[in-house]
Amino acid sequence: MKQGSAAVAFFALLAATALAQGIADPRRSGFDDMGTALQAIQRDDFSNPAALWLAEGESAWNRQAGSAGKSCADCHGGPENMRGVAARYPAYDTMLGRVVNLDGKIEDCRIRRQKADPLPHESRARVALEAFVARQSRGLPIVPPDEPNVGAAAAAGSALFTRRMGQLDLSCAQCHEQRAGQRLAGSIIPQGHPTGYPVYRSEWQSVGTLQRRLRNCMIGVRAEAFAYGSPEFVALEAFLMRRAAGMTIETPAVRP
Amino acid sequence: MAAPLVNAPKRVRRGEVFEVRTLISHPMETGFRPGTNGTIIPRDIIEHVRCRFAGETVLDMALSPAVSANPYLVFYVRADAGGALEMEWTGDKGFSASYSTAIVVE
Ligand code: HEC
Ligand code: HEC
Repeated sequence: MKQGSAAVAFFALLAATALAQGIADPRRSGFDDMGTALQAIQRDDFSNPAALWLAEGESAWNRQAGSAGKSCADCHGGPENMRGVAARYPAYDTMLGRVVNLDGKIEDCRIRRQKADPLPHESRARVALEAFVARQSRGLPIVPPDEPNVGAAAAAGSALFTRRMGQLDLSCAQCHEQRAGQRLAGSIIPQGHPTGYPVYRSEWQSVGTLQRRLRNCMIGVRAEAFAYGSPEFVALEAFLMRRAAGMTIETPAVRP
Repeated sequence: MAAPLVNAPKRVRRGEVFEVRTLISHPMETGFRPGTNGTIIPRDIIEHVRCRFAGETVLDMALSPAVSANPYLVFYVRADAGGALEMEWTGDKGFSASYSTAIVVE
């Protein structure tokens, strides 16, 4: 009997291993394509310059703002209550009646709940808040909501992803699906997963959002970039998050 | 502008060599780059980083335009006596930032 159950356990282990090998995930984070020096910076919270943005985001979280005189903490409590939120955005917002990304949702809370003045897209204060909120989800798997409006946005994003654009007439998929792992000038073309955003990008020497990254790709093929916060960008984000479902959030990542 | 971040131990043994890590927000504009309108963006760098420990200067460093934005510095200090670890960054356009923390030597 004993031997029998040991054998069953052994075969179960074999099967689990084979299964794990059989469904080996071909998806790679941009982290895996970076040099070891940048990887080391990302692994060490203190040498990642994004620490400066996180510190700013943390003080903004606790500071009263706007004519409502409330801080994020006054309504939401500690930042740990934001754990998991970044993993499921873009999401459908019933109040706004549209799909919003995390940046858009935070800005909505600032304007509607704090009654504060809007912050310009990509401004340091705005990026710092998003980085701080998203940081709370680091290590969690991406879980896009199973919701029809988000599904529709992801479908629209998927269409954009495969559409050729710009004077170079290239689609996102031509680089990030067909040529991922190959080189474009000095850089390795990553698979283009949104796992680390907002990221500290050394080319920017600052922290920036996913949309800033996408604008760089569009400008790279000499296309006219979509506007920040536009439905097109939210759709692309929704698609990228579905494509990366189950991958681990790295925020704040470091990228070349 | 964010306050500088400094990472140093709170307590060390007498004679121990300890690590100090510092990170500060700064554009470190080189003074060599043309802006979008073609004119050179004026230099804007941190020129000096100084650290005093228990009243004694333990670091006096001149930075150059070659140092990247948001300078990250790591250095080592020997603890002969406890006291305040005082950091100071100064640079172009009257830039000045400081940080101070107490370190106990036992
Ligand atoms: C000509 C090839 C090319 C095209 C077309 C292109 N990209 Fe990229 N993309 C790159 C390269 C190269 C990088 C990495 C650059 C670097 O290393 O800094 C990148 C980076 C990214 C990243 C960041 C990945 C990470 O790990 O942080 C995302 C997301 C992304 N692209 C999405 C897109 C989307 C969406 C489109 C279409 C709108 C697109 N890209 C079009 C070449 C391309
Ligand atoms: C006056 C109270 C109040 C303040 C202040 C406030 N919020 Fe909110 N926030 C809410 C409420 C209520 C909700 C849920 C309803 C909704 O989505 O609007 C919410 C929702 C959110 C969500 C979406 C959470 C989820 O699970 O989808 C995020 C993210 C968020 N807030 C971030 C912030 C940040 C960051 C700040 C500070 C800049 C802030 N909020 C300030 C009340 C507030």
